[in-house]
Amino acid sequence: MKLQLNGASIDAQVTTLADLLVAEGFGEAKVATAVNGTFVPTQMRTDHILNAGDAVEVLAPMQGG
Amino acid sequence: MREFYGKSLPNGFMLGTAQYPSPAILADAFKRSGASVATVSLRRESGRDRAGQDFWQLIRNLGVHILPNTAGCHSVKEAVTTAHMAREVFDTKWIKLEVIGEEDTLHPDVFGLVEAARILSEDGFQVFPYTTEDLVVADKLRHAGCEVLMPWGAPIGSGLGLNNIFGLRALRAHFPDVPLVIDAGLGLPSHAAAAMEMGFDAVLLNTAVAKAGDPAAMAEAFAAAIKAGKLAKAADPMEPRDMAAPSTPVIGKAFLE
Repeated sequence: MKLQLNGASIDAQVTTLADLLVAEGFGEAKVATAVNGTFVPTQMRTDHILNAGDAVEVLAPMQGG
Repeated sequence: MREFYGKSLPNGFMLGTAQYPSPAILADAFKRSGASVATVSLRRESGRDRAGQDFWQLIRNLGVHILPNTAGCHSVKEAVTTAHMAREVFDTKWIKLEVIGEEDTLHPDVFGLVEAARILSEDGFQVFPYTTEDLVVADKLRHAGCEVLMPWGAPIGSGLGLNNIFGLRALRAHFPDVPLVIDAGLGLPSHAAAAMEMGFDAVLLNTAVAKAGDPAAMAEAFAAAIKAGKLAKAADPMEPRDMAAPSTPVIGKAFLE
């Protein structure tokens, strides 16, 4: 199905948010996730079913002022 | 020593982590600054380059308190969601809350700021709100649950220093028991010294150090200025006066005319 991942269109054969993170190479990376603008905690990722057209944000620590 | 949500900091130096020429220079600047708090952010991560993971390791090695921000957020929802994501990634209740209302000056949207502060405080966050020197807004932020206030000195990244001395003095006088941090706009160590001499508890800056020709040296200069300003405030400075007053005793002066 087609998804938006960090603003880019991708085609992913996944069911859950946790599946997507593994498929896209995030593995054990320290990241936080949101789907369609709503925060999805780590412990909820395996239960969070993705739907076609969902916008997924994967954020990581970055420099800031 | 003033506490920030129950944590005592060894000095009043909070330093940002952005815009340094290299990670090594960032680490050196922190080492020479002695800063006890590092501000950080969250941005989109690529599963391939994983730049955020390397940065996180660097920050952990600094051994300082982490203060994540919501930089770039223009709405309450965006800021609240970013704060939740930051709390999970950085494992801290601290959040430097920014809700930006205007692009040219990065002026805080103080209405959104108060609303977001209330939502986050009720959810257990310890909010450091990036605000103006407005007394009414400050009072509303206090009622929203903020135990620390962070008024700007000048617009972010401007280096203009303390733009509204009267307003900042009034804020300090109005909230004598609240930890106050000058956040943003400082360009020179003298600006930081002035803030501490006025009785502010800390300063938070980034660009003035990161964009200096020698960031590590500038970090050390700011540390010295913060220490000097804090010491001067504790030493109870003299009151300024309009007319001259001779410092050399006139009694005993010879008549030589």
